Amino acid sequence: MRVGVVTFPGSLDDVDALRAVRIGGNVGVPLWHGDHDLKDVDAVVLPGGFSYGDYLRCGAIARFAPVMTEVIEAAGKGMPVLGICNGFQILCESHLLPGALIRNDHQKFVCRDQVLRIENAATPWTSAYAQGQEVTIVLKNGEGGFIADEETLDRLEGEGQVVARYLGTNPNGSLRDIAGISNERGNVVGLMPHPEHAVEELTGAGTDGLGFFTSLAAATFV
Amino acid sequence: MPKVVVDVMPKPEILDPQGKAVLGALPRLGFSGITDVRQGKRFELEVAGEVTDELLADVEKMAETLLSNPVIENFTVRVES
Repeated sequence: MRVGVVTFPGSLDDVDALRAVRIGGNVGVPLWHGDHDLKDVDAVVLPGGFSYGDYLRCGAIARFAPVMTEVIEAAGKGMPVLGICNGFQILCESHLLPGALIRNDHQKFVCRDQVLRIENAATPWTSAYAQGQEVTIVLKNGEGGFIADEETLDRLEGEGQVVARYLGTNPNGSLRDIAGISNERGNVVGLMPHPEHAVEELTGAGTDGLGFFTSLAAATFV
Repeated sequence: MPKVVVDVMPKPEILDPQGKAVLGALPRLGFSGITDVRQGKRFELEVAGEVTDELLADVEKMAETLLSNPVIENFTVRVES
Protein backbone atom coordinates (compact mmCIF):
# COMPACT_ATOMS: atom_id res chain seq x y z
CA MET A 1 0.00 0.00 0.00
CA ARG A 2 1.16 3.55 -0.71
CA VAL A 3 0.91 5.55 2.51
CA GLY A 4 1.37 9.31 2.34
CA VAL A 5 2.82 11.26 5.25
CA VAL A 6 2.12 14.99 5.19
CA THR A 7 4.84 17.45 6.16
CA PHE A 8 3.52 20.75 7.48
CA PRO A 9 5.79 23.63 8.51
CA GLY A 10 6.69 22.56 12.06
CA SER A 11 6.00 18.83 11.66
CA LEU A 12 8.51 16.87 13.75
CA ASP A 13 7.73 13.21 13.32
CA ASP A 14 7.11 13.00 9.58
CA VAL A 15 10.41 11.22 8.89
CA ASP A 16 9.87 8.74 11.73
CA ALA A 17 6.34 8.13 10.43
CA LEU A 18 7.65 7.43 6.92
CA ARG A 19 10.19 5.02 8.39
CA ALA A 20 7.49 3.26 10.42
CA VAL A 21 5.33 2.99 7.29
CA ARG A 22 8.22 1.23 5.50
CA ILE A 23 9.02 -1.05 8.44
CA GLY A 24 5.32 -1.92 8.53
CA GLY A 25 5.57 -3.27 4.97
CA ASN A 26 4.11 -0.34 3.05
CA VAL A 27 5.53 2.27 0.68
CA GLY A 28 6.06 5.67 2.32
CA VAL A 29 5.18 8.67 0.15
CA PRO A 30 6.14 12.15 1.39
CA LEU A 31 3.32 14.67 0.90
CA TRP A 32 3.70 18.45 1.11
CA HIS A 33 1.21 20.70 2.92
CA GLY A 34 1.19 23.24 0.10
CA ASP A 35 0.26 20.79 -2.70
CA HIS A 36 -3.27 19.93 -3.79
CA ASP A 37 -1.95 16.43 -4.51
CA LEU A 38 -2.15 13.12 -2.66
CA LYS A 39 0.10 11.38 -5.24
CA ASP A 40 -2.23 8.38 -5.63
CA VAL A 41 -1.71 7.16 -2.07
CA ASP A 42 -4.04 4.59 -0.50
CA ALA A 43 -3.82 6.02 3.01
CA VAL A 44 -2.55 9.15 4.79
CA VAL A 45 -0.73 9.78 8.06
CA LEU A 46 -0.80 13.24 9.62
CA PRO A 47 2.30 13.18 11.83
CA GLY A 48 3.12 14.73 15.17
CA GLY A 49 4.89 18.00 15.82
CA PHE A 50 3.97 21.65 16.07
CA SER A 51 2.45 22.57 12.72
CA TYR A 52 2.52 26.35 12.23
CA GLY A 53 4.13 26.67 15.66
CA ASP A 54 0.84 25.69 17.33
CA TYR A 55 -0.20 29.30 16.66
CA LEU A 56 -3.86 30.16 17.36
CA ARG A 57 -4.73 26.57 18.46
CA CYS A 58 -2.90 23.31 17.83
CA GLY A 59 -3.79 22.18 14.32
CA ALA A 60 -6.06 25.16 13.61
CA ILE A 61 -3.97 26.60 10.78
CA ALA A 62 -2.79 23.26 9.37
CA ARG A 63 -6.45 22.37 8.95
CA PHE A 64 -6.65 24.97 6.16
CA ALA A 65 -3.43 23.89 4.39
CA PRO A 66 -4.03 23.15 0.68
CA VAL A 67 -3.37 19.40 1.03
CA MET A 68 -6.07 19.12 3.71
CA THR A 69 -8.77 19.84 1.11
CA GLU A 70 -7.74 16.56 -0.59
CA VAL A 71 -7.29 14.69 2.71
CA ILE A 72 -10.77 15.68 3.92
CA GLU A 73 -12.35 14.71 0.60
CA ALA A 74 -10.53 11.35 0.48
CA ALA A 75 -11.40 10.63 4.13
CA GLY A 76 -15.04 11.24 3.26
CA LYS A 77 -14.76 8.56 0.56
CA GLY A 78 -13.32 6.05 3.04
CA MET A 79 -9.55 6.44 2.68
CA PRO A 80 -7.76 5.39 5.88
CA VAL A 81 -6.33 8.45 7.67
CA LEU A 82 -4.29 8.28 10.88
CA GLY A 83 -3.54 11.45 12.85
CA ILE A 84 -0.87 11.11 15.50
CA CYS A 85 -0.63 13.73 18.27
CA ASN A 86 -0.60 17.02 16.32
CA GLY A 87 -2.23 15.03 13.51
CA PHE A 88 -5.04 14.08 15.94
CA GLN A 89 -5.43 17.78 16.77
CA ILE A 90 -5.62 18.61 13.04
CA LEU A 91 -8.31 15.93 12.52
CA CYS A 92 -10.40 17.41 15.35
CA GLU A 93 -9.96 20.95 13.98
CA SER A 94 -11.00 19.61 10.55
CA HIS A 95 -14.17 18.12 12.11
CA LEU A 96 -13.18 14.72 10.71
CA LEU A 97 -13.22 13.62 14.35
CA PRO A 98 -15.47 14.92 17.14
CA GLY A 99 -14.23 16.67 20.27
CA ALA A 100 -11.08 18.69 20.87
CA LEU A 101 -7.69 18.45 22.56
CA ILE A 102 -6.82 20.96 25.24
CA ARG A 103 -3.78 21.68 27.41
CA ASN A 104 -2.86 18.89 29.83
CA ASP A 105 -4.79 19.33 33.08
CA HIS A 106 -1.55 19.31 35.14
CA GLN A 107 -0.11 22.07 32.91
CA LYS A 108 3.12 20.21 32.14
CA PHE A 109 4.48 18.59 29.01
CA VAL A 110 4.50 14.83 29.48
CA CYS A 111 6.94 12.37 27.89
CA ARG A 112 6.80 8.73 28.92
CA ASP A 113 6.20 5.11 27.92
CA GLN A 114 2.43 4.76 28.22
CA VAL A 115 0.38 1.61 28.60
CA LEU A 116 -2.74 1.57 26.43
CA ARG A 117 -5.57 -0.84 25.79
CA ILE A 118 -6.66 -1.28 22.16
CA GLU A 119 -10.44 -0.88 22.49
CA ASN A 120 -11.30 -1.31 18.83
CA ALA A 121 -9.20 -3.72 16.74
CA ALA A 122 -11.56 -3.46 13.76
CA THR A 123 -10.24 -0.22 12.22
CA PRO A 124 -7.83 -0.32 9.25
CA TRP A 125 -5.13 1.03 11.59
CA THR A 126 -5.61 -1.43 14.47
CA SER A 127 -6.57 -4.74 12.84
CA ALA A 128 -3.13 -6.22 13.63
CA TYR A 129 -3.96 -6.03 17.35
CA ALA A 130 -6.20 -8.27 19.39
CA GLN A 131 -9.31 -6.65 20.83
CA GLY A 132 -8.40 -5.51 24.36
CA GLN A 133 -4.66 -6.01 23.82
CA GLU A 134 -2.44 -4.01 26.17
CA VAL A 135 0.46 -2.23 24.49
CA THR A 136 3.20 0.19 25.57
CA ILE A 137 3.66 3.17 23.28
CA VAL A 138 5.59 6.42 23.69
CA LEU A 139 3.51 9.43 24.66
CA LYS A 140 4.70 13.06 24.42
CA ASN A 141 2.33 15.99 24.49
CA GLY A 142 1.51 19.34 26.03
CA GLU A 143 -2.05 19.60 24.75
CA GLY A 144 -3.34 16.05 24.80
CA GLY A 145 -6.43 16.32 26.97
CA PHE A 146 -9.29 14.89 24.91
CA ILE A 147 -12.62 16.52 25.64
CA ALA A 148 -16.12 16.34 24.23
CA ASP A 149 -19.58 16.80 25.70
CA GLU A 150 -21.18 13.90 27.58
CA GLU A 151 -23.52 13.05 24.72
CA THR A 152 -20.60 12.77 22.26
CA LEU A 153 -18.57 10.69 24.74
CA ASP A 154 -21.51 8.30 25.23
CA ARG A 155 -21.91 7.98 21.48
CA LEU A 156 -18.17 7.30 21.00
CA GLU A 157 -18.32 4.57 23.64
CA GLY A 158 -21.57 3.12 22.33
CA GLU A 159 -20.48 2.96 18.69
CA GLY A 160 -17.04 1.49 19.40
CA GLN A 161 -15.31 4.68 18.31
CA VAL A 162 -12.95 4.70 21.29
CA VAL A 163 -9.90 3.08 19.66
CA ALA A 164 -7.42 3.20 22.55
CA ARG A 165 -7.57 4.05 26.23
CA TYR A 166 -4.88 4.98 28.76
CA LEU A 167 -4.23 2.39 31.46
CA GLY A 168 -2.76 3.29 34.84
CA THR A 169 -2.30 7.02 35.33
CA ASN A 170 -4.22 9.29 33.00
CA PRO A 171 -1.35 11.34 31.52
CA ASN A 172 -3.18 14.49 30.43
CA GLY A 173 -6.69 14.72 31.83
CA SER A 174 -8.40 13.13 28.81
CA LEU A 175 -12.04 12.42 29.58
CA ARG A 176 -12.78 8.72 30.15
CA ASP A 177 -9.04 8.02 29.70
CA ILE A 178 -9.44 8.28 25.92
CA ALA A 179 -6.14 8.04 24.00
CA GLY A 180 -7.57 7.61 20.52
CA ILE A 181 -10.87 7.69 18.65
CA SER A 182 -12.23 7.01 15.18
CA ASN A 183 -14.95 8.51 13.03
CA GLU A 184 -18.24 6.62 12.60
CA ARG A 185 -17.00 4.73 9.56
CA GLY A 186 -13.76 3.77 11.33
CA ASN A 187 -11.38 4.84 8.54
CA VAL A 188 -10.23 8.04 10.28
CA VAL A 189 -8.32 7.46 13.52
CA GLY A 190 -6.74 10.02 15.85
CA LEU A 191 -4.23 8.91 18.47
CA MET A 192 -2.34 10.98 21.02
CA PRO A 193 0.54 8.52 21.71
CA HIS A 194 3.22 7.93 19.06
CA PRO A 195 3.26 4.39 17.57
CA GLU A 196 5.86 5.51 15.00
CA HIS A 197 8.38 5.83 17.86
CA ALA A 198 7.74 2.24 18.98
CA VAL A 199 8.59 0.14 15.92
CA GLU A 200 12.20 -0.93 16.54
CA GLU A 201 13.91 -2.66 19.48
CA LEU A 202 16.94 -0.38 19.25
CA THR A 203 15.02 2.71 20.28
CA GLY A 204 11.99 3.33 22.44
CA ALA A 205 9.97 1.05 24.61
CA GLY A 206 9.69 -1.86 22.18
CA THR A 207 7.80 -2.56 18.99
CA ASP A 208 4.21 -2.40 20.21
CA GLY A 209 3.49 0.53 17.87
CA LEU A 210 4.22 -1.46 14.74
CA GLY A 211 0.67 -2.82 14.56
CA PHE A 212 -0.64 0.60 13.51
CA PHE A 213 1.51 0.30 10.37
CA THR A 214 1.25 -3.43 9.65
CA SER A 215 -2.57 -3.34 9.93
CA LEU A 216 -2.72 -1.57 6.56
CA ALA A 217 -0.37 -4.03 4.88
CA ALA A 218 -2.56 -6.88 6.12
CA ALA A 219 -5.64 -5.08 4.79
CA THR A 220 -4.26 -5.14 1.23
CA PHE A 221 -4.42 -8.93 1.15
CA VAL A 222 -8.00 -9.20 2.40
CA MET B 1 -9.48 53.63 11.65
CA PRO B 2 -12.42 51.47 12.75
CA LYS B 3 -11.55 48.24 14.44
CA VAL B 4 -13.54 45.08 15.00
CA VAL B 5 -12.66 43.18 18.15
CA VAL B 6 -13.27 39.45 18.54
CA ASP B 7 -12.96 38.07 22.07
CA VAL B 8 -12.59 34.30 22.35
CA MET B 9 -13.06 32.56 25.70
CA PRO B 10 -13.00 28.91 26.73
CA LYS B 11 -16.58 27.74 27.37
CA PRO B 12 -17.49 27.89 31.06
CA GLU B 13 -17.66 24.10 31.38
CA ILE B 14 -14.24 23.56 29.75
CA LEU B 15 -11.23 23.20 32.04
CA ASP B 16 -8.80 26.11 31.54
CA PRO B 17 -5.37 24.94 32.81
CA GLN B 18 -3.71 28.24 31.83
CA GLY B 19 -6.22 30.25 33.84
CA LYS B 20 -5.69 27.87 36.76
CA ALA B 21 -1.90 28.38 36.58
CA VAL B 22 -2.37 32.16 36.68
CA LEU B 23 -4.81 31.82 39.59
CA GLY B 24 -2.22 29.76 41.44
CA ALA B 25 0.49 32.36 40.86
CA LEU B 26 -1.50 35.32 42.21
CA PRO B 27 -1.33 34.49 45.96
CA ARG B 28 2.36 33.69 45.61
CA LEU B 29 2.83 37.28 44.42
CA GLY B 30 0.84 38.63 47.36
CA PHE B 31 -2.41 39.30 45.47
CA SER B 32 -5.55 38.14 47.24
CA GLY B 33 -9.30 38.19 46.70
CA ILE B 34 -9.33 36.53 43.25
CA THR B 35 -11.38 33.34 43.18
CA ASP B 36 -11.07 32.34 39.52
CA VAL B 37 -9.16 33.23 36.35
CA ARG B 38 -10.19 32.32 32.80
CA GLN B 39 -7.75 33.05 29.99
CA GLY B 40 -8.92 33.86 26.49
CA LYS B 41 -7.77 35.58 23.32
CA ARG B 42 -8.52 38.99 21.83
CA PHE B 43 -8.28 39.62 18.09
CA GLU B 44 -8.19 43.21 16.80
CA LEU B 45 -9.17 43.40 13.14
CA GLU B 46 -8.33 46.64 11.31
CA VAL B 47 -10.98 47.47 8.75
CA ALA B 48 -10.44 49.21 5.43
CA GLY B 49 -13.38 51.59 5.10
CA GLU B 50 -16.69 51.41 6.90
CA VAL B 51 -17.91 48.66 9.18
CA THR B 52 -20.97 47.38 7.36
CA ASP B 53 -23.44 44.67 8.38
CA GLU B 54 -22.00 42.57 5.59
CA LEU B 55 -18.49 42.92 7.03
CA LEU B 56 -19.71 42.05 10.52
CA ALA B 57 -21.38 38.95 9.12
CA ASP B 58 -18.03 38.04 7.54
CA VAL B 59 -16.24 38.57 10.85
CA GLU B 60 -18.76 36.23 12.53
CA LYS B 61 -17.87 33.64 9.90
CA MET B 62 -14.12 34.19 10.49
CA ALA B 63 -14.63 33.81 14.21
CA GLU B 64 -16.60 30.60 13.75
CA THR B 65 -14.26 28.94 11.25
CA LEU B 66 -10.77 30.07 12.27
CA LEU B 67 -10.48 32.39 15.26
CA SER B 68 -12.39 30.09 17.62
CA ASN B 69 -13.08 26.38 17.91
CA PRO B 70 -16.82 26.17 18.65
CA VAL B 71 -16.33 22.82 20.41
CA ILE B 72 -14.41 24.44 23.26
CA GLU B 73 -14.75 28.22 22.87
CA ASN B 74 -17.31 31.03 22.72
CA PHE B 75 -16.72 34.34 20.98
CA THR B 76 -18.14 37.85 20.87
CA VAL B 77 -17.77 40.45 18.12
CA ARG B 78 -17.86 44.22 18.72
CA VAL B 79 -16.86 47.41 16.91
CA GLU B 80 -14.37 49.86 18.40
CA SER B 81 -13.81 53.26 16.88
